[in-house]
Amino acid sequence: MQRHRYALVGEVCNHCGEKIFPARDVCPQCNAPAKTPYTFSGKGEVYSYSTVHNPPEGFEQFAPYVVALVRLAEGPLVAAQLTDVEGEKIEIGMPVEMVTRRLRDDGDKGTIIYGYKFRPVIVPRASVEAKSASV
Amino acid sequence: MRDVSIIGIGQTPVGEHWDKSLKDLAAEAIQNAIKDAQAERVDALYVGNMCSGTLNGQEHLGALISDWVGLRGVEAVKIEAACGSGAAALRLGYVAVAGELADFVVVAGVEKMTDRPSDQVTAALAMASDADFEAQNGLSFVALNALLMRRYMHEYGVPHRDFAPFAINAHKNAVGNPFALFPHPVTAQDFGAAKMIADPVNLLDSSPVCDGAAAVVLCPTALARQFAARPVRIRASAAATDTIALHDRRDLLGLEGAALSATKAYGQAKVTPKDIDLFELHDAFTIMSVLSLEACGFAERGRGVRLGTDGDIAIGGQIPISTMGGLKARGHPVGATGIYQVIEVVLQLREQAGANQVRNARLGMAQNVGGSGATVVTTILEAVE
Repeated sequence: MQRHRYALVGEVCNHCGEKIFPARDVCPQCNAPAKTPYTFSGKGEVYSYSTVHNPPEGFEQFAPYVVALVRLAEGPLVAAQLTDVEGEKIEIGMPVEMVTRRLRDDGDKGTIIYGYKFRPVIVPRASVEAKSASV
Repeated sequence: MRDVSIIGIGQTPVGEHWDKSLKDLAAEAIQNAIKDAQAERVDALYVGNMCSGTLNGQEHLGALISDWVGLRGVEAVKIEAACGSGAAALRLGYVAVAGELADFVVVAGVEKMTDRPSDQVTAALAMASDADFEAQNGLSFVALNALLMRRYMHEYGVPHRDFAPFAINAHKNAVGNPFALFPHPVTAQDFGAAKMIADPVNLLDSSPVCDGAAAVVLCPTALARQFAARPVRIRASAAATDTIALHDRRDLLGLEGAALSATKAYGQAKVTPKDIDLFELHDAFTIMSVLSLEACGFAERGRGVRLGTDGDIAIGGQIPISTMGGLKARGHPVGATGIYQVIEVVLQLREQAGANQVRNARLGMAQNVGGSGATVVTTILEAVE
C-alpha cells in the first residue's frame, strides 16, 4: 500500500497493456492476472473536482479542501485531493502533477499518514516567456 | 419458482427519533406490517441496515430485532449493502419465498443516524465507498456525487439550476405523505440560495440524515388473497453491481450497475420503460436521479435533466418519480430507504396514495442504490387483479 501512496506505483497488464492504478493484480480491462509493477509519471489533468465544506471525521482541520478525479497521462483515473490551489481557480482539463503530502493524522501522539495529492503543474518562468514570445 | 406478493406494509415517520432506539423503530415498523398483513406466522426476518455498528455500537440485528419484536426463534439476519441495504434484504426475502424455503417472510429496513455528530455520520457513510483510495483521501460521500455532478454539467453543458426541479418535485410530493421528514415545498429561489456542501452539490441537492424504519410481509401469491384485499405482486427482482470506486468506472456517467439491474428487471417482467407507471428512484442527490433515469432507459444520455425541466417527473407526468417525497423529502434513513420506496409503490398500486395518487397505476418500479451506483436492486411491482 505504501508504494501506491508514496510513489504512485500501479501495475501493467502483460496481456492487454492496460495501465492499472491502484494495483489489484487482476486487469480490470481483460481480467487477466496483472502483477508487473508500473510507476506512473504523476502527470495528469483534472477530470472533475469539488470543494468539500463538510468533511468526514479526521479531515476537519483541512476543510475546506479540494478533491478531484485526475486522469493520469497513462490512462487511469485517480481520486485525490488537489493542493496549492484554491477551488475557484480550478477547471476541468487543468494539468496537474503528483506530490506527497500529509493526508491525515491521529492526534498528537498518533501516526501521520502521508500520500499523494496533485497540484497544478508549475511552469518555469523561462518556458512561459519562451511560449509568450513564440505566440 | 413461486410467484411472490407483498401482503403487508408498515413504516415509522421519518425523523429525528431521539426518544426511540434502533430496535424500537424496527419493532414499530414490523408490528405495523404484520398487523396490515394479518399474518398468523412468520418464518424468517431479514433486516436491512448500514450503519448500526458505527453509529449505534450494535451489530447482530437479526437476533436482536427478532427477539425485541416477539419473533424469538425465527431465522433472522442483517443484510448490508450500504444505502442499498433495504432492497438487498428484500431481494433475499424474495429469494426465500420464491425458492420455497419459507412462506411468510418479514423484510425490515432500519437506520438510526441522528444520535451522532455530523462528522461521524459523514465518516460512517463514506464506508459505502472505497476506504483505501477514496475515503482515505478525504472524499466524503457527498464529494463523490459532486464529482459526478460537475462532470455531468461539464460534458452536457447543463447549468446547476436545471437540477432544481428534482428537489422541488420531491418536496411538493412530501406534503401529501404523513410519514415524510420535510412535508413542505421549496422554490427555485430556495434551491439557488441553498448552503453549499461539496460544490456543486448544495443542501437542496442532497437527501437528509435521519432515522426511520419500514417493513413488508411477503408470501406466495397463491396464498396472498387469504390475507390481503389488495396484494401486490413482485413482477421482477434484480440485483447488480458496479465498481465501488468511481475512479475504476469505464464510463463515469453511465451508472452501469443501474442499467444492468434495470435491464434484468425489465426482462423478468417482460416490460419496457414505457410500461412503468411510476418510478421510486434513488434520489439521494439530484444528480443520482438524472443518472438513474438515463441508465434505466427513461431518457437518452445527457437528456435526463430535461425530464425535470419539462415537468415529466411530476405526478400526472410521463414518468412520475419520488411520488411520496423520495429520499430528498420523505428522507433517507439509509438502510431503511429501499423498503420505504417499495412501500410507496405498494400504496400507489393499492390506490392508497391519497392526494399523491398516480391515476391508473398498474406497474411501479423501485430502485435502491448502494454507494455511488455500486449495488443496485430494482424491483417491479404490479397490483394483483
